[in-house]
Amino acid sequence: MNTQIVANRELAASSLATMWKIRRFEEAVEDLYGRGLMHGTMHLSIGQEAVPTGACLALNQDDYITSTHRGHGHCIAKGADMERMMAELLAKETGYCRGRGGSMHIADTATGNLGANGIVAGGVPIATGAALSAKMRGTKQVAVSFHGDGAMGEGAWHEGVVLAAMWQLPVVFLCENNLYGMSMSSEKAFNLEQLSDRAKGYGIPGVTVDGNDVQAVYDATKEAVDRARAGGGPTFIEAKTYRWRGHSKSDKNLYRTRDEIDEWRGKDPIPLFEAQALAAGGLTQADIDSVRDNVRTELRSAVQRANAAPDATADDLLSAVYAR
Amino acid sequence: MTIETTAVQAAAPATGETVTMTYSEAVRDALRIAMAQDPNVFIMGEDVGTYGGAFGVTGELINEIGPDRVRDTTISELGIMGAGVGAAMTGMRPIVEIQFSDFTAQAMDQIANQAAKIHFMLGGAVNVPMVIRAPGGSGTGAAAQHSQSLEAWFVHIPGLKVVMPATADDAKGLLLSAIDDPNPVMVIEHKLLYKTSGEVRTGDIRTPLGVAAVPREGKDLTIIATGVEVSRALEAAEILAADGIEATVVDPRTLKPLDSDTILRTVKATGRVLLVQEAVRTLGFMSEVSAIISESDAFGYLRAPIKRLAGLDIPIPYAPKLERASVPQVEDIVAAATDLVRKW
Repeated sequence: MNTQIVANRELAASSLATMWKIRRFEEAVEDLYGRGLMHGTMHLSIGQEAVPTGACLALNQDDYITSTHRGHGHCIAKGADMERMMAELLAKETGYCRGRGGSMHIADTATGNLGANGIVAGGVPIATGAALSAKMRGTKQVAVSFHGDGAMGEGAWHEGVVLAAMWQLPVVFLCENNLYGMSMSSEKAFNLEQLSDRAKGYGIPGVTVDGNDVQAVYDATKEAVDRARAGGGPTFIEAKTYRWRGHSKSDKNLYRTRDEIDEWRGKDPIPLFEAQALAAGGLTQADIDSVRDNVRTELRSAVQRANAAPDATADDLLSAVYAR
Repeated sequence: MTIETTAVQAAAPATGETVTMTYSEAVRDALRIAMAQDPNVFIMGEDVGTYGGAFGVTGELINEIGPDRVRDTTISELGIMGAGVGAAMTGMRPIVEIQFSDFTAQAMDQIANQAAKIHFMLGGAVNVPMVIRAPGGSGTGAAAQHSQSLEAWFVHIPGLKVVMPATADDAKGLLLSAIDDPNPVMVIEHKLLYKTSGEVRTGDIRTPLGVAAVPREGKDLTIIATGVEVSRALEAAEILAADGIEATVVDPRTLKPLDSDTILRTVKATGRVLLVQEAVRTLGFMSEVSAIISESDAFGYLRAPIKRLAGLDIPIPYAPKLERASVPQVEDIVAAATDLVRKW
């Protein structure tokens, strides 16, 4: 029996804080972009916060993750600093990538985050490689490959899973099925009852869970991670969730209905978690208010400090291409 | 440790001595030395284990080092390359063997979008110390999908280093330097060279990346050649010498980073330059070398227009006569060099 997160004051508070950080960070990004104060493009994961929150709770700091173009949540849940993330998006020298990567390429090796990825399924075989490295070096580290349902149409996904299954590597392939690969519905795309049915074809365990339920995601990830650490090889997890916002800024939502979006907004993982924590006695209403307020203050200060940082400089671009 | 450690004999220090071995044995010698020195170095690829590699390069290394570090994979170039990237980012020093360089097309996302860009794109936070070994070139009757010379693809991607060893000694020395390097390095070997022999320095030696070789010096013209064309250029130079034409031959060895200084110095010294590559002509590596010469002060030393000899702009055909006609041969080099010297 795993820890019941909502009944444990410390875990409940930190999980709720993680979800709020992701939500507030992305709302701030959306706002800055909308007001013309942020450059480029970004992909928001608002509505999906429970997946990285529950999954990263099952990981150690030195466990690896690979992430996606929709990666702010993974980054924050694994422990990244919101100020440095915001600085990156604001094209500052103090950003995680010194303004050379932006939203789609934030990594934080100190917390085991090997990076978001602009290529769908690009991180899947990289996670396999990180797990291979952990196994060869004889550490007990595990790698989690966060990816979307869209990645399951890519050859890289297939090859990454094939190698991991053959070598029985300590890796978890965690699909955030937010029901659409850009505009392609995953129901239409894959002739499967559930995406985890595919795991059997690769000879690895597969499970589908409610991706808006932190506990369900945590339980599935914990089981997979424990198995991986014990030498039991890879697992596939499908966490069903929903992206409230468009794919990116060009999205006119022509492929889904307002009713569908509203239905999923009704399944918002944050109030769901708050209600569970209240009922289980893990958090009081005062705790919940305080978590929310603290995150708001922390985020506001992160944005202010990031904004005040010096712009990224073009001075040493040529010498930055190769490591020395 | 889960590594099945088989005792690997420690690499002997460099002694200054040489021994005759084939190009392919020299590559294997480098692999053996690197794996003896560093437990994080390993090789993976299709059939590199018991089979010994499609061209026999890994040979019996699996028996010396074990299946953990001489690691057979499924036929999954993209997955193998990605696994190499992930392993390199997390403390290992993978050497990925791609059976034919043509198959890098299957793995291109992980080479071009991941390995090459990660260090820069992540603001220098991570290195990808990975070596990709891939045999290129024509001459084996393997036709269009197994015979290409694709070095320009990789030179065109900032973040990759590209080397093309032309001798057995360089096959060893450049590979060891590539393994030491903290960046992804593409080592394009040549399948016609695998069975050729040469004097190879024994022990733990290096050929530095970014330094050209000048295997022959002569006053009349400079022939700059890569890969298999280096030996053809040297053979041509012998024939030319009998006809009273003395050629300098330059082998850049590393295409990225390129030793432009040696190229320009030797071009200035002779005033005539013949550029020879096996790859197709259009936008080939020698087009860049030509541009570098044209843009430099060496331009003022030229007594003749820069001449390129390259593969025809066609896929490599199967029939022996057609295949041979597709890429520069010794007689083509002799003819072009003679023309340059006699006419100008």
